[in-house]
Amino acid sequence: MDFMVFQYPMITIQACLDGILLGVLFALIAYGMALQWGVMNIINIAQGDLVILGGYIAYFMYLYGIHPAWGVIVSPFIMYFVGVGIYKLVINKVVDRDLFISILATFGISILFMQLMNFAFGADVVLANSGYGTTFLFDNNVVLPNSKIFSAVVSIIFAICLVIYMKKSKLGRAIRATAQNARAAKILGVDTEKVYAATFGINAALCGVAGALISITFTIHPYMGLPYTIRSFMIVIVAGLGNLPGVAMSGMGLGVFEEFADYLLGTEFRIGSVFLLLVLILVYRRFKLSRKREYLK
Amino acid sequence: MNKNLILYASILVFGLAAPFVFPAFKVQLSILCVLIILAVTWNIQGGEMGYNSFGNILFYGLGMYLCASVQVGMFFPLSEWTESGGEKTFVHTPSQFFQGMAAGLAVAAIVPTIVAGLIGYSILGLRGHYFAICTLGLGVAAGEISGGIEIIGAGQGFTTPPFPNVGGLEARGEFFYFCSFFALVLSFITIRGIYSTRFKLILNAIRDNEDKAEAMGIETMKYKIIGWMVSAFFCGLAGGIMGGLVGYIDSTDVAFDGREMGVFMVLMAILGGKGTLWGPIIGATVFHIFKEGFWTFFLGWQYVALGVLIVVIVIYFPEGIMGWLREKYPERFGEIVDEADRKAQVELK
Repeated sequence: MDFMVFQYPMITIQACLDGILLGVLFALIAYGMALQWGVMNIINIAQGDLVILGGYIAYFMYLYGIHPAWGVIVSPFIMYFVGVGIYKLVINKVVDRDLFISILATFGISILFMQLMNFAFGADVVLANSGYGTTFLFDNNVVLPNSKIFSAVVSIIFAICLVIYMKKSKLGRAIRATAQNARAAKILGVDTEKVYAATFGINAALCGVAGALISITFTIHPYMGLPYTIRSFMIVIVAGLGNLPGVAMSGMGLGVFEEFADYLLGTEFRIGSVFLLLVLILVYRRFKLSRKREYLK
Repeated sequence: MNKNLILYASILVFGLAAPFVFPAFKVQLSILCVLIILAVTWNIQGGEMGYNSFGNILFYGLGMYLCASVQVGMFFPLSEWTESGGEKTFVHTPSQFFQGMAAGLAVAAIVPTIVAGLIGYSILGLRGHYFAICTLGLGVAAGEISGGIEIIGAGQGFTTPPFPNVGGLEARGEFFYFCSFFALVLSFITIRGIYSTRFKLILNAIRDNEDKAEAMGIETMKYKIIGWMVSAFFCGLAGGIMGGLVGYIDSTDVAFDGREMGVFMVLMAILGGKGTLWGPIIGATVFHIFKEGFWTFFLGWQYVALGVLIVVIVIYFPEGIMGWLREKYPERFGEIVDEADRKAQVELK
């Protein structure tokens, strides 16, 4: 850990660009989490495992000779039904209960998914090779794989589509109404049960997109889910529920932070620094609020 | 009172005689003792105080590493020990082993308590699910970071000193069994003592409505920190014993094992019934028997079973065994039941 940041500006640029491209993906996952948290008041610990499952769908398409980029289209369709299935089996029984119950229940789902994926796909770190090549910038000093740029562009497109869908469509309006006041929405004829199922499905589909992109750009492994959950949770609490530009910005910020932690502290401390950052952010918010005699709600 | 004395005496006698009556189950019984300690101490925050922590694993793992490091570091250079792996370059004499173990357990209990006191003020200011996620993050971060520190073995793991060659083949199991059994007795006595004082009422007041408790003039933060420190003390102790028992410490699979121990302790307390003295003990026993049965007969599917078990317990059985008993036999728990009311309820069903 020396002063690489100042001595070699190229490393700084590399880390920033990597971090921003990575952060866009995090923001996509966090958007799904913010959606279900805002609508159903559920914190889904299995979020990261849904991401990894989506990644395995793309990876399997790659194994069977289909270009993994098509996973971006296929995996959300499959994941939507997985999400609705999880909702029907588990989440609808914990939706109106204590938040801790839902955390624990989704923790159970997370362990279950982790192990099932371990059985089904093996415990190897895998990667779907997209064959997109690399881009060299600044006299070959900065190396950007094209797949990373592709993934960032695709996630921005999906995020924009989703925002428009939530604003314009009937279901989107129903979801927003339920998030504002579930009881009033019910009185006005919104089938909240269906809205909840659809919200969870959309969240899972977003995870599917993100997972497919992660399997192209980075690596996937059955046990790598929890860090994605923690990252998206962190992004949501920094940005606040329903603050989309905030989610995008804090996602990119987290990505850059992670890349720098990776360069400066070493790869073995990367995940640890993410979790530590979560603790620090929560403690910082707690002290800031406690001056006004309030607490995080 | 008399009845209670007989109960406690019989449990004590059973506990003391168990390793000689069931010699084949010594290790399982020691693990059971550790699990009960973890469940009972989790219950102090989770059940009585309403602060659902996933992070008590932090103190458990800390205790495990500290106990082993002190035991080695008192007599040999620690870095060379971990570098050599388990190749026994250095051998503890019996007196060194026991002295080291005693000092290690003392450190393993005291340092996590201090750590809990230091971080308590910051962490316990969070409430509800923020506290849960923050402590989850703490536990995982500790595991990841300790997996990168060279002197305690990094990702390669840390072999704890092997048991010295004294007292025959059975001595190791008996030693660790009695260590964990006495730790269990100590924690039970302490917690039972705590639960019979005003302290428990304060914790329950914090659980039921923290703002009102504060408005009544209770320094809630002080009591929350003390409650967490009590948990940390026994978690550290349990971790130290478990480290010696397992004989090998890995950062994420043994010490800071949030995926197993960290969830087990929550699950056991919920299975038995949060917020009762006996609930976590019953829950831990039932859970351990179930787990061992499953681990033996369905090897490989244990985590699938664990995931399903968590979901099922949380959804269908959130009150736990004690809660169920309480609903069925309210008289036994000192509640006054109106017969007519009860009949009306039965008819309603």
